[in-house]
Amino acid sequence: MTSIATFRGATREIRFPQGLGVVLLLLALVAFGGWRYDGFLGSYNVLSVLRYSSMFALVSLGMCFVIMTGGIDLSVGSVAALGSVVSAILSPYGLLPGLAGGVLVGAAAGAINGLVITRLKILPFIATLAVMLAASGTALLLAGNQSVSVSYDTAFMTLGQGDLLAPLKPEWIDAEDAGWLAGPLGILFDFPTPAWIALAAYVLGVIVMRWRAFGRHVLAVGGGEEAALLMGLPVGRTIFAVYLISGSLAGLAGVILAAQFGAGQPVEGAGWELFAIASVVVGGTLLTGGKGSIVATLVGSLLLGLIYTILNFENGMGWISLSAYWQSVVRGAFLLVVVMVQASFVKNTRN
Amino acid sequence: MAAKPMQLPRRGLPLSDISTFLRRWGALLALALLILFNLAFTPHFATTQTLAINLTQVAVVMVVGVGMTLVIATGGIDLSVGSLMAIAGALSPMIFTGQLFPVPNLYVGIALGIVLPVLVAGMFGYFNGWLITRFSIQPIIATLVLFIAGRGIAQVWTNGDLQVFKVPEFQQIAIGRLLGIPFQVWIMAVIVIAATWTLRKTVFGRQVLAIGGNEAAARLAGVPVRRVKTLVYVISGLCSGIAGIIVIAMNSAADANLIGLGVELDAIAAVAVGGTLLTGGRATILGTLIGALIIQLVRYTLLANGVPDSAALIVKAGLIILAVWLQRQDRA
Repeated sequence: MTSIATFRGATREIRFPQGLGVVLLLLALVAFGGWRYDGFLGSYNVLSVLRYSSMFALVSLGMCFVIMTGGIDLSVGSVAALGSVVSAILSPYGLLPGLAGGVLVGAAAGAINGLVITRLKILPFIATLAVMLAASGTALLLAGNQSVSVSYDTAFMTLGQGDLLAPLKPEWIDAEDAGWLAGPLGILFDFPTPAWIALAAYVLGVIVMRWRAFGRHVLAVGGGEEAALLMGLPVGRTIFAVYLISGSLAGLAGVILAAQFGAGQPVEGAGWELFAIASVVVGGTLLTGGKGSIVATLVGSLLLGLIYTILNFENGMGWISLSAYWQSVVRGAFLLVVVMVQASFVKNTRN
Repeated sequence: MAAKPMQLPRRGLPLSDISTFLRRWGALLALALLILFNLAFTPHFATTQTLAINLTQVAVVMVVGVGMTLVIATGGIDLSVGSLMAIAGALSPMIFTGQLFPVPNLYVGIALGIVLPVLVAGMFGYFNGWLITRFSIQPIIATLVLFIAGRGIAQVWTNGDLQVFKVPEFQQIAIGRLLGIPFQVWIMAVIVIAATWTLRKTVFGRQVLAIGGNEAAARLAGVPVRRVKTLVYVISGLCSGIAGIIVIAMNSAADANLIGLGVELDAIAAVAVGGTLLTGGRATILGTLIGALIIQLVRYTLLANGVPDSAALIVKAGLIILAVWLQRQDRA
């Protein structure tokens, strides 16, 4: 939409000060929560926040890649829903078929996005909007308009509800006199499987952005597509790849969704795309592309998840009766503050 | 990409060039083919009942689509329309049932219950425009704020409860008929005609297209860019408000959770299928109307012939891609 503005952004990763800002904000919120609520920093709450947030974090990671090229992927929510349905249908055959099915169908949707955008030259906004409709239609068709139960006979459920290192947990940790190390180590062993998956994806994402040519291509395409073309960069392939990544991660998030809730949900993913966009924006990535930070996106999605948790605690304490409806108002207001701060920051750096 | 010089509507058909013909009149041709197909294969298609169903369904999307067309013509987008519909729709019954303040008589209450919610939606539209013009925030993000928060505001007001009401005088908006045609279709017609006239004949309409064509050039040419852009979001908000009122009058109930859910996608699709350039600079209200009719008729055709609603979504997706791809051929 804005072809002039993109040339102004230097093609670099955001470090200081925008990245630092969100980290500080996250720490401040964690400190606030720990001070105000009992059990906020307890391992139960921390682990359940991580378990729940990992799906959104995965979708946000894919969105970050897409937005860094100057695009947008509106299809992630319904692709995740489709992934959850497909993996639930395949779950009786075991962990791997369920996992592969969900991820592959996500990748297929991402590939369609990429092909429509690069071959037919259709705006990402429209292409992914269409795939969003098609994916949710397919999910509803496959699921017969209802949720599909996941098979409990196979290991599939561990993808959502399991803790990867729990079988390795030594017994002494739970003992009374285990010492100061027991707390942090306990959390490590209880770390939920979906959070490990998300963490691995983010580590891969950072490696790709910092040390692989692909990362530089992504930023160059977002900084100025024509310039990148003139420099001989594989623009089409790069754009195709980011949508493939985004679709695959959305499919993976869908697999985790199915395994966590024990059912494939054809209508669940509505609004996820906006959560992901918000995480990326809160993380300081510019929507015009050319700039962005993977780590800040992770922080952004944790921030949004944390606000949700704080509102729940506030409700539980009964100080104010915040209905579930307030949460979207607060989330919207939060997004508003962040984009306004970001906008004024961008203005100042330009001047 | 270079801005395309503004095209004046040509009078004659360029029959010499079939592909040009298809691009210009493809949407209308598709609509005609759909109608012919239905006449031949869909039972009970040629009845006033069917016509009324299709027209009333299209009216809501179209009223929103008019505002969306103007917004897209400036190169923007408005994701908040569904939430603004929910805000207006939730507010209206609170006013005419006297929950917010005592109303002296029913008709004054109904008048206030129509005017105030529409104005409130317009004010939220102004807020969108303010964010976009004052802070140079991209329209998709600026309107995302109200997309998320707006429905929440409506839900907080109503506590998420369904507000059922029985006020036949108010429901005339959707149920009443004039010359056998539902009243909401008349509302749609008036808005479509007014918007078409505005876009074609007024300075404001020219300014909207100029901004969408090339904003920097428009600014240099003395177009009050900020004011015009703000105004299109206000208009989009007002249109959403009207659509919200129509929806609750149709249902004789207001459900803040559901009013206008997903309508932004339908409206954008109608605009795209209708031939308005999504990058701005060229717009056709009548095209949006044709686009909305095509989308509605495709859905109706599939449903009437036993295809499930979910499969209709996939067809709609293909249709949008096809329409926008054809549009691109026009530009290339």
